[in-house]
Amino acid sequence: MKNYDIKFEYKQYSEKAILIQTYAKVDENLLNLLIFYKKSIEEFYGKVIIEVILTYNSLLILYVSTIENIYDRFFELKSLYSDDFLKESQKKRLWTIPVCYDKNVCPEIISFADRKSMSVDEIISLHTTPLYTIHFIGFLPGFLYLSGLDEKLITPRKSNPSRLVQQGSVAIGGNQTGIYPSDSPGGWHVIGSTPVSFFDVNSDPCCFAKPGDQLKFISINEKVYVDISLNISKDNFQLIPEYL
Amino acid sequence: MVEIISSGMYTTIQDEGRFGFSKYGVPQSGAMDKRSYKLANALLDNDPDCAVIEWMLIPPVLKFYEDSIIAITGVQCDPFVDDKKVKCNHQLIIKKGSVLKFKNIIKRVFGYVGIKNGFCKNDVLNSRSQYKNVTDSESLSKGSFISYNKFVDFWTQYSSLKIDDSWWDKGELDVFPGPEYDQLSNNEKELLKTGSFTISTESSRMAISLNEELENDLDSMISVPVLPGTVQLTPSGRLIVLMRDCQTTGGYPRILQLSEEAINIISQKRTNEEVRFSMRSF
Repeated sequence: MKNYDIKFEYKQYSEKAILIQTYAKVDENLLNLLIFYKKSIEEFYGKVIIEVILTYNSLLILYVSTIENIYDRFFELKSLYSDDFLKESQKKRLWTIPVCYDKNVCPEIISFADRKSMSVDEIISLHTTPLYTIHFIGFLPGFLYLSGLDEKLITPRKSNPSRLVQQGSVAIGGNQTGIYPSDSPGGWHVIGSTPVSFFDVNSDPCCFAKPGDQLKFISINEKVYVDISLNISKDNFQLIPEYL
Repeated sequence: MVEIISSGMYTTIQDEGRFGFSKYGVPQSGAMDKRSYKLANALLDNDPDCAVIEWMLIPPVLKFYEDSIIAITGVQCDPFVDDKKVKCNHQLIIKKGSVLKFKNIIKRVFGYVGIKNGFCKNDVLNSRSQYKNVTDSESLSKGSFISYNKFVDFWTQYSSLKIDDSWWDKGELDVFPGPEYDQLSNNEKELLKTGSFTISTESSRMAISLNEELENDLDSMISVPVLPGTVQLTPSGRLIVLMRDCQTTGGYPRILQLSEEAINIISQKRTNEEVRFSMRSF
């Protein structure tokens, strides 16, 4: 990270929002730095802002009121940045997500394996090996943007998106993998299904995962999948992270 | 209680919106035309965040089970309470058993029914605005009931406001350059400044897509933050104006940002109605 010369651009985005953006890159060190920059902004502003939206290379700061003097705000935001963010790191949590790749639960994995000229087992192995990094949540409530997909699994999105991808579907689109937190139309290739819920307005927080956390998939058979689903429906299942 | 006798189109409960939950990917939502929403609450002397019923193009039929006062704003139409013609933008007395219907939806898209002290659906993440997978239902269906508090003190106030209707009929939208605006060619920038654009049939609470296309030579992007009012340029050259229910992040170049007022104006434009962009600096 020392070699990085991080340059941020500060732009007014709307009457009530300022965008801080750096080069377009999916990078864990950059994510870490943005998490600390975001925290510093939130602590300074308190209730003056609604929130700070984080993505791969940006922070979008939403103010409660119309921005009157933009250069004062830019100055404040610049002063809230510190090179020390490069050295800091938050306690990493690792979430292990059970996924059933069985063709009875997810028939699409067969055609995906054919397309990739691999066996189903190879697909499962390549998908369950990496530790993925959670960058941010977007697209749908509870949809995690993950980095870390094995290059061999990179696959262009479907040219004709499916009208319905079911909640819990674990899928690959381009160089990304993700979990559909709710039923939705979608263009990614579904390779498995998880019984775990990623978004629930009745739990606090609504989504257990947060940016900077790590995630890995573990293969479960159909029986375990059914058991966990049953336990979740009885409110008898809790995902516990491992601290790295 | 109010009963939805007939559901209309995209009839929902809306308030100011849901703020502070983008971190979970939850959209802001809220009334499409905030100006009409605020007007309904102002006419009723309500707190500014009281929830209203919003509908799109096809109005619902509503039956009220308690006395209260209501106000209808947004679309230009002929409302009827128990088959008696009443006025828009006005306090209206509703009696137990009254039925509200609409005829002749003349102008604009989104209509609002506000009620004294608001429709009191329970808050989900600090808002009553309906949204799929956040609230129990994503819209109001026939036969559903919504609660509100009885109000009988209406003899004390009977307000009416002179409304300047021309505001919604403006075709000019104040816009600011978006983060990727500078990447456009001069030709495309010129087209944005001088061209006129029309509303396509693909319009919803999420986004309004425009019929005219631009050349798009911009590189594809990684996902970035977006807001209601952000104008995205899609790979095919289509312009998409993100609206209240839009996602929190998106992967298309953000070439313009509509002003708060312009979001309200465009929300009320019908298919094939014309708009122009008026470039502003902050």
